[in-house]
Amino acid sequence: MTDIAARAERPSIMRFVKANMRDYALLLSLLAIMVFFQITTGGILFTPLNMTNIILQNSYIVIMALGMLLVIIAGHIDLSVGFLSGFVGAIAGVLMVSMKFDTVTSIVVCILMGTLIGALQGWFVARFRIPAFIVTLAGMLIFRGLMIAMLSGRNLGPFPQTFQSISNGYVPDLLAFMAPPGLNLFALAAGALVTVLVLWSNLRARRLEEAHGMAEEPIQLFYARNALIAAAFLSFSWIMASHRGLPNVLITMFALVALFMFITTRTTFGRRVYAMGGNEKAAKLSGINTERITVMIFAIMGALAALAGLVYAARLNSAQPKAGQGLELDVIAACFIGGAAVTGGVGKVTGAVIGAFIMGVMNNGMGIMGVGIDWQQVIKGVVLMLAVFLDVYYKNNSR
Amino acid sequence: MGAAPILEMRNITKTFPGVKALSDVNLSVMPAEIHAVVGENGAGKSTLMKVLSGVYPSGTYDGAIFFEGKERHFRTIANSEDAGIIIIHQELALVPLLSIAENIFLGHETSRNGIINWYEAFSRTRELLSKVGLEEHPNTLIANIGTGKQQLVEIAKALNKKVKLLILDEPTSSLNEKDSNALLELLKGFKAQGISCILITHKLNEVMKVADRITVIRDGKTIDTMDVHTGAVNEDRIIKAMVGRELSERYPPRTPKIGETLLEVKNWSVYHPIHADRQVIKGVNLNVRAGEVVGIAGLMGSGRTEFAMSLFGRSYGKRVSGEVLLHNKPVDVSTIPKAQAAGLAYVTEDRKTFGLVLIDHIKHNISLANLPGVADHGVVNDIREIGVATKYRKDLGIRSSGIYQTTVNLSGGNQQKVVLSKWLFSEPEVLILDEPTRGIDVGAKYEIYGIINQLAAQGKAVIVVSSEMPELLGITDRIYVMNEGRFVAEMPAKEATQEKIMRAIMKSWGT
Repeated sequence: MTDIAARAERPSIMRFVKANMRDYALLLSLLAIMVFFQITTGGILFTPLNMTNIILQNSYIVIMALGMLLVIIAGHIDLSVGFLSGFVGAIAGVLMVSMKFDTVTSIVVCILMGTLIGALQGWFVARFRIPAFIVTLAGMLIFRGLMIAMLSGRNLGPFPQTFQSISNGYVPDLLAFMAPPGLNLFALAAGALVTVLVLWSNLRARRLEEAHGMAEEPIQLFYARNALIAAAFLSFSWIMASHRGLPNVLITMFALVALFMFITTRTTFGRRVYAMGGNEKAAKLSGINTERITVMIFAIMGALAALAGLVYAARLNSAQPKAGQGLELDVIAACFIGGAAVTGGVGKVTGAVIGAFIMGVMNNGMGIMGVGIDWQQVIKGVVLMLAVFLDVYYKNNSR
Repeated sequence: MGAAPILEMRNITKTFPGVKALSDVNLSVMPAEIHAVVGENGAGKSTLMKVLSGVYPSGTYDGAIFFEGKERHFRTIANSEDAGIIIIHQELALVPLLSIAENIFLGHETSRNGIINWYEAFSRTRELLSKVGLEEHPNTLIANIGTGKQQLVEIAKALNKKVKLLILDEPTSSLNEKDSNALLELLKGFKAQGISCILITHKLNEVMKVADRITVIRDGKTIDTMDVHTGAVNEDRIIKAMVGRELSERYPPRTPKIGETLLEVKNWSVYHPIHADRQVIKGVNLNVRAGEVVGIAGLMGSGRTEFAMSLFGRSYGKRVSGEVLLHNKPVDVSTIPKAQAAGLAYVTEDRKTFGLVLIDHIKHNISLANLPGVADHGVVNDIREIGVATKYRKDLGIRSSGIYQTTVNLSGGNQQKVVLSKWLFSEPEVLILDEPTRGIDVGAKYEIYGIINQLAAQGKAVIVVSSEMPELLGITDRIYVMNEGRFVAEMPAKEATQEKIMRAIMKSWGT
């Protein structure tokens, strides 16, 4: 009896894995790339210091990739985000360094600026139906010029201490009184708490699925996947804990990723964005205000680009006239590596985040190995091409 | 039969993973014959034609194809075209921003060393166009001519390739009566020149008009081949073979329970969105009572769809004016959300372009027009949404593997039921159904009619726009006849006939 059951189950696991090949392949690629660089860098990659660095270096890519994912799902593109973030960084520099505004006011003004600029670009796209490619290409040129003009081509710094702490600060170890030396107990506790929360919510979702007879994922895979998640979270927080604890920017990033996962999967707004990207005409005739949603998406993108610009400026502790250059390409690449479709209507937050980290780990690993910028570009291009090629290849084969 | 068939397909069997799409299908076409292939959607007609034209290469199916007496192994479409088999698909394969001449010679340019000889292409195009009876300049862009004419360009393109067997897949599905008839006459002309023709269609009256023989396919099998000239062939016999059961009635019975006036439209007028001085709808008045099914008849281009869409939140046209009353009170329907809130729903004539998010599954498509109905404060309640989708799937009989099947993989009839579900879930009082049964097989049509009856029985007002006059006569209570943006007649369905409707249209031209 058990024999038959086991035999019947095995192919169904295989079938499920095959049907969700894309998601698994993405995660496995990230793992493979990490292992590869761990070996080629002689074990530097996974050191607590370097892991923290990877987080800090990639935070702005991840932050912008979240907004870009919405833009791409809606069937648009935003080329302006790189220089928009740089431009906002320059504004922050002028406000805080030259005009001596306080940190909080400056941050609020900067993020509002980004939101407004994004909304304006979105308005041109939505209201006048100018392709986003053109609108944001124009934006890219404009923001770059404005950034250089504002800074007169020079670096502007240093920033006040409070502003720097956005990027360079760490969450204080609230449990320091009982922590063993060299270990940030709060980071570990927070990691454990998040792990428990994620497992609990996954389990709850699974229960609901089962109760409604719609659980498709084989139970063994479900357990294996969650065990993997738990292991990854816990070991990650261990690594963080043995350096300086949780960087502030990691908290920001984590909160934003969770928020955007919620928006894309659970809210009516998210659903409307997918529907609009899948078939704009049908969405419109279903009573969805596509113009308003387009403006909102670009406004969100603008806000995130502004935030990324602040994080970037805070990290370098100066507003620089070359800030943000080429970032838009990394951000867009992260989304497409993560499985978003150029035609719109398809894409996941997890995909974009993993895509961003694939790019980030490669940047970091190649940097440590001493690969020149020239070859780094080539290799990143090849990886992007390969990811999209595999995507298309699997799609055609599954048909 | 004396002569040998030009085409013989013997025991064609084609399997896809898990599905047997065709099993032992036989089809023979005589020289200079118009052979109709009919069957419900999903019966296997298109698969059979893909096997014949080399889309599915030789070796991926079992069975043999004989063309002009020789066994053929087509590996690509180019192979079958070289042999003289040309297929014209339902979705036309023309490049809109190229001219007629450029389209006809696309891929077959008359050239020397890669340099196109436009003079020759031009005069050849002239000849071909006169053969198909199309009076257009060869330089005219495809985008600037109507679907009927585009179809003729496709046929001219086929003639240019020295066609021996022409396959037409649903050629008249987007044509009006006049263009359809012209096309069918053209086929008869080809027959006189010795060209054979396979006609795939749902419109049985057309089959009866032009076909010599009819092959019926059902569930991937050949059911019957009938000879129109000898046997006692009529539409009922064909339908019986198609659906495998006797449809005693084409339209489900219904006893109308008509109440108060629900919707009233007064002096509705609409201008063309691009040609601003062209009035498309010219001061139209309409009323529908609760529980009533009202039809709008008219030829293609008479303004029916434009009227319906402009009514639904001005989704068509510019400078829309007029008054809309619901329950005798004026309502604002100036945007789609407002029209929805007032209780209107519009089910489009083009479900793939305007009705469905094809890459998404049934559940998401059904809730799309009423997301707040499955959400609390902007957060979708998954459980409630599943409940809604499951209910409509069951109530409307959507045949699918589940509520998570992608809608692109559904048959036309089931796609239409998903679109209907979406609008039913938005809980409208007035439903405007634009060509609700276009491209749908007989069985599914009957089911859709049943749904319309139920809606009327619930006291809703239903407006049906349709090109198929028998359908309007069969399911409505009252019919408005539209021509050139005006209602030119209004009659109770009981007293209406196809002749009366046509006469009203013909008498009204240019008035």
